Amino acid sequence: MQLLFAFLSGLLISAGIAVSKMIDPQKVLSFLDLTGNWDPSLALVMVAALMVYTVGYRLALKKDAPLFDHSFYLPAKQHLDKSLLAGSAIFGIGWGLTGYCPGPAIAALPTFNAGTSGFVLMMVAGWFIAGRIPLKRSGVKS
Amino acid sequence: MENFTPVSALIGGSLIGLGTLLLLVTLGRIAGISGIASQALFQRDGRSWRLAFVAGLLLGPILVGLLLEDFSFSTPDLSIRTLTAGLLVGLGTAWGSGCTSGHGICGVGRFSPRSVAATLMFMATGFLIASVF
Repeated sequence: MQLLFAFLSGLLISAGIAVSKMIDPQKVLSFLDLTGNWDPSLALVMVAALMVYTVGYRLALKKDAPLFDHSFYLPAKQHLDKSLLAGSAIFGIGWGLTGYCPGPAIAALPTFNAGTSGFVLMMVAGWFIAGRIPLKRSGVKS
Repeated sequence: MENFTPVSALIGGSLIGLGTLLLLVTLGRIAGISGIASQALFQRDGRSWRLAFVAGLLLGPILVGLLLEDFSFSTPDLSIRTLTAGLLVGLGTAWGSGCTSGHGICGVGRFSPRSVAATLMFMATGFLIASVF
């Protein structure tokens, strides 16, 4: 059951990425680039996804446990730290350079084009390197 | 504004919301794509459901392509810029513990202060870099 629903979750998410055209990095860049012919579509993608999740999250947590596991696995950390903020800033730079964040890049992999494949390979390398070299643990109390 | 596609954006966004919610309701997990995909590769524990999730990610657009008639999208050229961006996205999402899905949708939807801060940060640098370069 876990495998089936994990699969369906991934399928729904990337179907949404495809339908909303977020899979097209040019579409994403036309949202992120405020100097050109600005396209606000991506803002609506986020608004719609957030509305569904914000309401659904609260309904889901009324239960003690998810359907196919013993408990919810929710991040417990609350404080901001350097790694979170610097990492997110670095991610945004990469996002703004090509218009790819991890979901759309993985979803576009089956096109087997060189650019997407190269992007994903380097992203995986980045995950590997960051796993070996933490960015500083010292927390900044928020 | 002539490229504005509000209907497909709202439908697609709702599908993304439903998919992330489905993982919470069934497995009790946050649907953060960078975390799930990297742990599917580099962590032995809990690998099978993560691989199933990534398999779903790979098949979704193929399914949409079969159902919709004129479905096409651009892909980036293989260039130093694309490769650099991939590396930065990998490093940044690992150090920052999440990406657009995990922080931007699940985290903001949970009103997590860390995710709100992370989302503001990557939106700010994303806008800046895309507008300047």
